[in-house]
Amino acid sequence: MTDNLQLNTEGKLKHFLTIEGLSKSLLTEILDTAESFAGMSEHQVKKVPLLRGKTIVNLFFENSTRTRTTFELAATRLSADVINMNIATSATSKGESLLDTIRNLEAMFVDMFVVRHALSGAAHFIAQQTAPHISVINAGDGQHAHPTQAMLDMFTIRQLKPDFSSLRVAIIGDILHSRVARSEIQALNTLGAAEVRVIAPKTLLPAHVESLGVNVSHNLTEGLKDIDVVMMLRLQKERMSSALLPSESEYFKCFGLTEEKLKIAKPDAIVMHPGPINRGVEIDSKVADGPQSVILKQVSNGIAVRMAIMAMAMQTAAPAPGRSGGMHTIPGDRHADSIPGDKSGVA
Amino acid sequence: MKIHINHGRIIDPANDIDRIGSVYIKGGKIVSVTDEPAGFKPDTVINAENQIVCPGFIDLSTRLRDMGHSRKATFKSEVRAAAAAGVTTLCLQPDTVPVIDTTAVVELIKELAEKADYPQIYVIAALTQKLEGTELSSMLSLKQAGCIAVGNANRPVKNLLILRRAMEYAASHDLLLMFRPNDFWLGNNGCAHEGVIATRYGLPSIPEAAETIALAQCLELAELTGCRVHFGQLSCKRSVIKIHQAKKYGLKVSADVAIHQLHLTENDMKPFDSAYHVLPPLRTEEDRQYLRRGLAIGTINSICSDHQPHDLDAKLGAFPETEPGMSSLENLLPLMLKLVTRHAITLNQGIACLSANPARVLRLNSGALTPGFSADVCIFDPELDWQINAENWKSQGVNTPFWGQTLKGRVTHTLQAGKIIHRL
Repeated sequence: MTDNLQLNTEGKLKHFLTIEGLSKSLLTEILDTAESFAGMSEHQVKKVPLLRGKTIVNLFFENSTRTRTTFELAATRLSADVINMNIATSATSKGESLLDTIRNLEAMFVDMFVVRHALSGAAHFIAQQTAPHISVINAGDGQHAHPTQAMLDMFTIRQLKPDFSSLRVAIIGDILHSRVARSEIQALNTLGAAEVRVIAPKTLLPAHVESLGVNVSHNLTEGLKDIDVVMMLRLQKERMSSALLPSESEYFKCFGLTEEKLKIAKPDAIVMHPGPINRGVEIDSKVADGPQSVILKQVSNGIAVRMAIMAMAMQTAAPAPGRSGGMHTIPGDRHADSIPGDKSGVA
Repeated sequence: MKIHINHGRIIDPANDIDRIGSVYIKGGKIVSVTDEPAGFKPDTVINAENQIVCPGFIDLSTRLRDMGHSRKATFKSEVRAAAAAGVTTLCLQPDTVPVIDTTAVVELIKELAEKADYPQIYVIAALTQKLEGTELSSMLSLKQAGCIAVGNANRPVKNLLILRRAMEYAASHDLLLMFRPNDFWLGNNGCAHEGVIATRYGLPSIPEAAETIALAQCLELAELTGCRVHFGQLSCKRSVIKIHQAKKYGLKVSADVAIHQLHLTENDMKPFDSAYHVLPPLRTEEDRQYLRRGLAIGTINSICSDHQPHDLDAKLGAFPETEPGMSSLENLLPLMLKLVTRHAITLNQGIACLSANPARVLRLNSGALTPGFSADVCIFDPELDWQINAENWKSQGVNTPFWGQTLKGRVTHTLQAGKIIHRL
C-alpha cells in the first residue's frame, strides 16, 4: 500500500510520515543528501542558508529530549527559524483539540511542522488537514512510525557497512510498542537487507509480525547468529506493570545484550540503540560504551539526516543524483569525496 | 385510509410468499395479500411494478443520538433516515446521554419518539445502572415502562458474578438480553483488529478472543440462568462457530451481524481513515466469509445497521482517539442486495434477516405481511442506482466509508401502520 500523501505530484517528498510506500531510490536520495550535510558540523560556521526565512514548529505532544534537540539543531543549521512547542504541558491539556492547535499555528504563517504525538496516525492526520504549503515531518507517532530515526540508523549503517544486500540485522526488544522498530523494518526491507530478524518474547511482538517481512526468534543466543547489525530497543518501565514481562532482571537475563552474547553475532557486528538507554535492562554498559557500539554516532548523524529530510521536504534541496553528487550550492560542503564507511563526518 | 399496492413482487418470508401481486391495507393493518377483499375501494394506489414489496425492516441496533448528543444527530434527522431505509421498527441502544436506565429517561425517549412520529421505536434498557456494570438497573420497572429488552450496549460487565445476577434477574421477568460480546481486558482499549493491518500501522488492537471469550462466558451463563440471549454485532469466524455449536446443543440463543461486517475487512481500511473505525473492528476476509456463511445457514438470523451517526469532530483526529461507529441505516438495503448478487444469501433470506427474523427475536407480531398485522411495508427498486451524497443522504451523520459510492437498490416507499412515511 503506497502512501501518496507523502509525495507531491512529481513524486518528490512533501511530507515525511512513514517509510512505507517510499521507494529505494528516494531513501537513497535522503541518505546521499544527508551525506552532503554530514561534514558541516565540523566547520566553524555550521550553517547553510537553505531554509532562510522559513519557520519550523517543533510540535511535541510527547516529551522528548534528543529527537527534539537534533531537529532543532538541524533546522537551525539550515537557517530556519524554529519554535519549540511542548504541547504535552500546553494547550491540549486545556481541552484544545489537535486540529485547533494546528489551525492556530497555521495562522502564524509557519512552513513546517515537526510532530511527535502519542497516538498512531497523528502525523498523517495533521498532514491531511494542514494547509497545502505546509510540510509535516513525523518525529514519532504512537506505535506507528519514527521514520527519521530509521533513516539516521540507515545512514549510520551505510557509513560502516555500505552493502545492504549482504546485511543481517537483528532488532531486539519491545517490537510491539515500538514505532522505531516498524520504521527500521520497512527501511531495511526497502533498501534490500538480506534479513531482518526480530528477537523478543511473544508478549512484546505484535500479531502476525512476520507480515512485516521479518524472521522471528524468541531466543537471543540463537537469534544473534550471523548478525551484522544489532539494534536494541528501549524497554519502558510500564511493560512490567502491564504484565508483559515479569521483571527487569529476568528480561536482562533473557534479552539483555552482554559482551558474551554479542560474541555470537559476527565479530564486526555493530550495536545500535535509538536511546535513551536503560543500562543493565536491555543492554550492558560494557556493550553500550564498547568498541562495537555506534550509539553516539547515531545521535550525531541524526542532525545531518534530519537536515536532509527537512530540506528535501521543503523542496529546496538540489537533487542528489548519486553518492558523490548533489548539494554543490552549499557553502563549505565537503561531501563530494566522502566515502562509505568514512567516520570523519561525525563530530 | 385504504391503500392498494399492486403489480409488485411480494416477498414475505414468514408466510412463504414470493409472487407478483397486490397488498391491501386498511386501518393501518394488512387486510389481504393477493386476494382483493370484497368491495375494497382504495384511497391510494401504489404501483409497484418492477419493485419488491416486503415487510418493513426491523433494526436490532440503532443509535438516534439526540438529548445529550444532539450535535451528532436528532430523532428528527434519524427517523427520516430510517424511513428512507425502509426501516419501520428499530431498537434503541441504551448508551444514550443520559443512559436509558430509569423510567424517566424512557418517558423522555417516548416523547421524542412520538414527536418524531415514525418509525416504531423500541428501547433496549440498560442492564446495569449507568451501564457501569456494577449494579442492576430496575429492569422490571423499565420493562413495564415499555422496554423491549435489556443490554449493556458496548460497555463491559467486567464482573461475571454481576453478569450472572443480571441475567438471572432478567430471566425472572422474561426479559431478552441483547449482548454485544467483548471482554474489556482483552479488548485492551484497542481500535483495530489484531492482525496485519494493526501491526503495520501500530494501532492498539483487539483480538477475536476478546469477542469469543465473552461470548463463551455468556453462553455458559445463558445455560446456567435460563436467560434468553441475543448476541449482537458478531465480527468473527469463531463467534459464528460458537453460536452454531450452542444452537446445536439446544441453547435458545440468536445472533445478528452489522451490515458493514459482511462487506468490509481490515484490508479495506485506508491508512488512518477514521470512517473505518468501528467496534467490533473490521476483521479478516476469512471472518467475513464465515459471517456470510453464518447468515446463509441461519446461525446468524438477523442483519442490523448498528447505525451510529457522528458529528464531524468525532471523526477528526488521530485514528485511535476518534469515536467508533458508522452511519449505516441507509446502506442497509443496498448492501444486503449486494450479498444477494454475490450469491452469499438469497433475496428471501436477506429480507427475512431484516424483517421476520428480528421480529422473532423480539417476539413481535410484525416483520410479515400477515393479515391483521400492522401494515409495515417496504417497497424497493432492486435495480435503482443511487449515489451516497449530501443530496440523497438523510442521516445527520455522514460518517460512512461508502460516501460518494454508487450503490444499487433503493427504497421507494415505506409504510408504517398503513401510513406512507417515505416516498422517493
